[in-house]
Amino acid sequence: MILEIQGRVLRLGDNVDTDQIYPSRYIEITNESEMAQHALEGIDPGLPEKLSAVGILVAGRNFGCGSSREHAPRSLRAAGIKVVIAESFARIFYRNAINLGLPAIHIPSARAINSGDRLLVRLAEGKLIDKTTKTEYLFEGFSDFVLDILEAGGLVSYYKSRNKDAHA
Amino acid sequence: MHALEAILASHSGRDSVSAGEIITIDVDIAGINDLYIQVLEAFWKMGGKRVWDPKKVVFFFDHYSPPSTIKAATNQRVMREFIAQQGIENFFDINEGVCHPVLFDNGLVVPGLTVVITDSHTTTHGAYGAFSTGVGATDMAGVLLTGKLWVKVPEIARIGITGALNDRIMGKDIILHILKKLRADGAVYKAVEFAGPLVANMSLEQRTVLSNMSVEMGAKASFISIDALTREEIERRTAKSYTIPVTDSDYEYAELFTFDLSELEPQVALPGAVDNVVEVKRVLGRSIDQAYIGGCTGGLFEDIDAAAHQLCGKRVRKGVKLIVSPASRSIYLRALEAGYIAEIVRAGGTIVNPGCGPCLGVHQGILAPGEVCVSSASRNFLGRMGSTEAKIYLTSSATAAASAAKGVIALPIKETR
Repeated sequence: MILEIQGRVLRLGDNVDTDQIYPSRYIEITNESEMAQHALEGIDPGLPEKLSAVGILVAGRNFGCGSSREHAPRSLRAAGIKVVIAESFARIFYRNAINLGLPAIHIPSARAINSGDRLLVRLAEGKLIDKTTKTEYLFEGFSDFVLDILEAGGLVSYYKSRNKDAHA
Repeated sequence: MHALEAILASHSGRDSVSAGEIITIDVDIAGINDLYIQVLEAFWKMGGKRVWDPKKVVFFFDHYSPPSTIKAATNQRVMREFIAQQGIENFFDINEGVCHPVLFDNGLVVPGLTVVITDSHTTTHGAYGAFSTGVGATDMAGVLLTGKLWVKVPEIARIGITGALNDRIMGKDIILHILKKLRADGAVYKAVEFAGPLVANMSLEQRTVLSNMSVEMGAKASFISIDALTREEIERRTAKSYTIPVTDSDYEYAELFTFDLSELEPQVALPGAVDNVVEVKRVLGRSIDQAYIGGCTGGLFEDIDAAAHQLCGKRVRKGVKLIVSPASRSIYLRALEAGYIAEIVRAGGTIVNPGCGPCLGVHQGILAPGEVCVSSASRNFLGRMGSTEAKIYLTSSATAAASAAKGVIALPIKETR
């Protein structure tokens, strides 16, 4: 897990759903770099190519509501998003992001962060610094279990390294 | 403990659990649909060779049924090989329909189970007294590997519903109204229980609509108490024994809501948001291009019944596409036997096979820019059914059918059935 993340913010609103993050017609795609081409396309077809220059998503309430499609966090990660911050998360999206090794951070006061702000996120310390507005945000650290998954780089690596397969 | 907590406790080897605790539960039913070949890819990458218990795994080919692209067909083909190789017998192919009614109609869900499916509407099975929640592909791969899932025990909100309904109201109108009040994030990380005399008077199918759309409030799981009606419907489908989970009389809910719905009129969610709900009469007369009646939310037997009733002796307005998809093979057969399918076809409706397709815009009814659709399904996010410049109004199946006949948004006539 990368302990320190830096990037620029792309700010999204409340209730951004999984159809906006990753439209249904692309769900059959299995190749990650192809998935990346459709991340946030439901909001604006021009967004996917802007994401690697951005690096950090900051959203309002209930981010990722709707479907259980893992393509939502997966396409974001593949497109270059390194961390997702939201005032609150829809639970399936949250689990999917963590399982894919994409840190999802819950900051109820994130509304003050704007598009274009430069952020520094220190995951282990639970600290986010908005370098543009010179504001510091503290967030609750991840639970031990979630931290284990993120440190392993996702649930697949977590299980692989623990050799959990008893049916080989 | 709440009944849901009792299920979680018994499935995690504990005497009791309480809200906020992170526990690991044994999974009774692990369901996978044809959207997520990533389940298999992740399972193999984790080092998985054999699933933990093939008898507890269920596959559904309901989203690409039948597949309409080479890629979708190929994904299904890989899944078919996996199913055969693993000896998984619970395989519901493209002819069976949507996972949630299919699971119940085949007698696989009974009270007291833990049900986990790669589909957000898995909250539906709370209406049958199960702890039932949706997960993503990688979580499911972990379940296939270990038979277990980590869960944070949710707080539980009780939604008590009273009042007698007029005969134009269906379960969909009720849940839309509740969504308006509690909003799209009203139950995030919580489970919701639907209770009260009005719920007790609803048919089991209409109760499932409440549980089904509880996910649209952000709910992790839902619950409705088991009564004689539920038991009768379950026992018609399976002889499996089960334990009914019960809520202790001194259990304290995290939140209590009461709704008196005596005055409730047919409801509609305006395009783009499931909680932007108003009375249908506020938008009467708006032109429509398509009406969709189908899926796990709005393609149940009582929905096909309502559609046939609304269209009786009428024709679908010229230029309007009415697409009707009975949610499962057994619902389709019952509707055929009741004469509803013929009624709908005679009226000018298009019947498509049981499946999820139109609801999420993969096939069988995609919308063009500028088109307006009235839908009995659960979601109207921009772009949900195709173009982001199309508009989807969510209503009951009765309202959708009445609108198809008029060519504009219209109230259902007289009784819904």
